[in-house]
Amino acid sequence: MSTRDITGVMIGLLLGGCAASGGTAMSGGAREVPALGRPVTAAQVAGWDISIPPDGTGLPPGRGTSALGAPVYEQKCQACHGARGAGQPNDRLVGGQGTLAGATPVRTIGSYWPYATTIFDYVRRSMPYIQPQTLTNDEVYALCAYLLHLNGIIGEHDEMNAQTLPKVRMPNRDNFILMYPTKGR
Amino acid sequence: MAERMNRRRFLKHGVALAGAGGLAATPVAQVAGAEPPDIAPSMRAPGAGMSEYGSPAKYERAVTRTFIRSQPGTTGSGASRTPLESLEGVITPSGLHFERHHSGVPDIDPTSHRLLIHGMVKRPLLFSVDALLRYPMVSRVHFLECSGNSQLMYQTMPPNVTAGQAHGLVSGSEWTGVPLRLLLEEAGADPAAAWLLAEGADAAAMSRSVPMAKAMDDAMLALFQNGERLRPENGYPIRLFLPGYEGNMSVKWLRRIKVTPTPTMTKDETSRYTDLQADGKSLMFTYPMEVKSLITRPSHGLTLRGPGVQAVTGLAWSGNGTITRVEVSTDGGRAWTRAELAAPVLPRALTRFRLAWKWDGQPAVLKSRATDDTGAVQPERAKFIADHGQNGVFHYHGIVAWGVQANGEVKHVYP
Repeated sequence: MSTRDITGVMIGLLLGGCAASGGTAMSGGAREVPALGRPVTAAQVAGWDISIPPDGTGLPPGRGTSALGAPVYEQKCQACHGARGAGQPNDRLVGGQGTLAGATPVRTIGSYWPYATTIFDYVRRSMPYIQPQTLTNDEVYALCAYLLHLNGIIGEHDEMNAQTLPKVRMPNRDNFILMYPTKGR
Repeated sequence: MAERMNRRRFLKHGVALAGAGGLAATPVAQVAGAEPPDIAPSMRAPGAGMSEYGSPAKYERAVTRTFIRSQPGTTGSGASRTPLESLEGVITPSGLHFERHHSGVPDIDPTSHRLLIHGMVKRPLLFSVDALLRYPMVSRVHFLECSGNSQLMYQTMPPNVTAGQAHGLVSGSEWTGVPLRLLLEEAGADPAAAWLLAEGADAAAMSRSVPMAKAMDDAMLALFQNGERLRPENGYPIRLFLPGYEGNMSVKWLRRIKVTPTPTMTKDETSRYTDLQADGKSLMFTYPMEVKSLITRPSHGLTLRGPGVQAVTGLAWSGNGTITRVEVSTDGGRAWTRAELAAPVLPRALTRFRLAWKWDGQPAVLKSRATDDTGAVQPERAKFIADHGQNGVFHYHGIVAWGVQANGEVKHVYP
């Protein structure tokens, strides 16, 4: 930039006037930004905004029950997570409640996860492992219902949707100690 | 020179000690043609031509990332480690920087990659990589450590693996990029917003919540690592970089930042990267990596050649600040000697320490203990386990001990 500026100034001088210049070297300019961000529409944002916080903001329309989730699970999840979430070859999803203070804690959705909304958020964005972001919203709600029911957290016929899912109280919810901002940086 | 040749011989013949280098047991042998008065073959004919992109010497092929492990049924959901015992200085070659991926390394064409900043902002904005490359940048030398580094130290038995295999989820680089603050200000981030969500463009859409205070302090959108554009496995074309914080939060392949009032409570900050304690409670949002060190040479799998002066060296770092002191013990922790800190000593960066040790040939236990400028001192493993229990996975930062046997062999020990 400085070379160009100097060149511009020299050309301006050669042209015999002050009108032409190569711009202004900005004082403290190392932190001036070129402001190249492009405005986006709400519709554009909506297409990418897939994160769901604990209060459920952003949960899409749709619904599902455990009965609807079972066949989806068997077809798309069971190969990695075992029958009825029993685990193997990958993470176990069901059971383990009451084991966290023991010698061999079993961390599952039911025993460990503090928020039910995280199931929706994570399954929709990341699962199935080989085909992420292919499940319909109804399938994701149904899988949430299936996994929560298998863990004994909701009833067999309880429907999961944008209103009910954030209200689910996870058993391990109160066993997390926040280290930020109370401690650390 | 003798050390160098010996190292080569070790690498050639010592393959059984995967990832190990140096300190070979074999004495330096005379090699035909290598010593005076003979003239070396390399001086009798012109050498090779130039190359477009250089590679390590072919004699160093054994120096690779190590302990590469994936989740069952996947090739890219796992980790690889930096071979700490084979490296020197404080900058890790980019090709040996540890990896931790949650759904493989995506192939991202920078011309079609975008970063979206939205949420509690006045102006949601979309940035191309090309645009970001035109912003003012800063360069900083920092370590990056996976929260799960040294996880094996929670186990009852000392890990029977090398320094890199057990502790190599830490690497050091010079990172260059755009201060995140500049982009948040351009978007008009709400000063009342305390958090943001960072999300990657990988198949896991890996995401973490980040305190706004950190984002406005020293967070950067890294575009370059060690002078060149990021490697794909380190987030090309853009990664978030949060100095000192657990590595998982420095989201790779960054595609979206959402300014939020609260943490989003993603999978990786709830079911993962929370620290289960012995009483069944879990610590959440344990962001800075604590003060830590280990001796990298000698270390597990290497062998001392014999009694005499040994060059002890290692790495220390703290996510909370600058290393002020590293002490080394050769008697299991009874007596400590202050090691030399090799310049540069930078905040939240790997710091190299060195100490000469005259080994008498008797069994010994080597330890290092780091202190940072907050006054935090690296704890003994027994103290760390007593405080946190053995069910943890993350944030192990206790002392690492190496047992030296009379025959010169070095092993991980819990003294």
